[in-house]
Amino acid sequence: MTTAPSSAIGPNGPDPTGPKLTGPGLTGRYYELDEHDHPEGGSTLLGFWVYLMSDCLIFAILFAAFGVLGSNYAAGPGPKDVFELPLVAMNTAMLLCSSMTYGFAMIGMQRGRVREVQTWLVLTALFGAAFLSIELYEFSHLIGEGATPQRSAFLSAFFTLVGTHGLHVTFGLIWLVTLFVQLAAHGLTEANKRRLLCLSLFWHFLDLIWVGVFTFVYLLGSLR
Amino acid sequence: MSAMPTNPHDDVPHFALKEYGIGFALSVVLTVIPFWLVMSGAQGDKTLTALVIAAFAVVQIIVHMIYFLHMNTKSQGGWNFLALVFTLIVVGIVLSGSLWVMYHLNHNMMPMPGMHEQP
Repeated sequence: MTTAPSSAIGPNGPDPTGPKLTGPGLTGRYYELDEHDHPEGGSTLLGFWVYLMSDCLIFAILFAAFGVLGSNYAAGPGPKDVFELPLVAMNTAMLLCSSMTYGFAMIGMQRGRVREVQTWLVLTALFGAAFLSIELYEFSHLIGEGATPQRSAFLSAFFTLVGTHGLHVTFGLIWLVTLFVQLAAHGLTEANKRRLLCLSLFWHFLDLIWVGVFTFVYLLGSLR
Repeated sequence: MSAMPTNPHDDVPHFALKEYGIGFALSVVLTVIPFWLVMSGAQGDKTLTALVIAAFAVVQIIVHMIYFLHMNTKSQGGWNFLALVFTLIVVGIVLSGSLWVMYHLNHNMMPMPGMHEQP
């Protein structure tokens, strides 16, 4: 596009006093050839988001596997025999509450109050630990009843999907504890704020995956 | 000389109690209704119930995206949203493709009456 401003070219040809960079064919385009400074952590949030999206693909594959294998019981127990919905409802409540308390931690971070952030982080960790305990209880109960991952394709897919989610929550908890210690040692520095932001994305993302799990695995399974 | 239109470092979402409150309240409603539908055993048509539950899940996922993950089309100069759209397309292909292909595979592998009589 060569649209020079009309003021640059007067009736007597190019105006010598006008701006030099606005002649015909020269739009305001320039190239930055020198290395320039990147602020530390400037692209961390975007990078972490891309990681979460790749994690999303892992879960998509596990959901697809469960969708395909979910009705192959191999004459073993089906969803109605093994799922206890009150337990799942409690688990869902735990994870949703932990999402909320993490939200409070972020609001505390915005206000710059370390104590507040730490308090809410502890509550989030407690809810997360409660979620994991209930899930482990469910798993041990199933295995005790003979509904092991080896029993049928349905159970293999179920344990892989829900187990992978549980593993993510476990690592989220480890991260949370680490961050708690970091906050106690260094306070709300720029780096710690960035880490809190990343963990918030991770934690809410796990809650989002859980919505898919309780709907498509537990509720739809119990409907069959 | 920094002529970047937006500095990604300042692109941190604003956290408001109101936003989290709305997200939490909506999530509770969108969770309780599907659980009630299944646990009360009051469902008449199972296919219809399944569709309603799936719809609730999709709405709740969008609610989480907006109110908890602070997703919008402008954060990180739109790259967040672009990555999300790309992921959703791949997830859609993986899910629908797997279910569709494997359903037809199962269907075609079904033993037919009189199958063993064929040469």
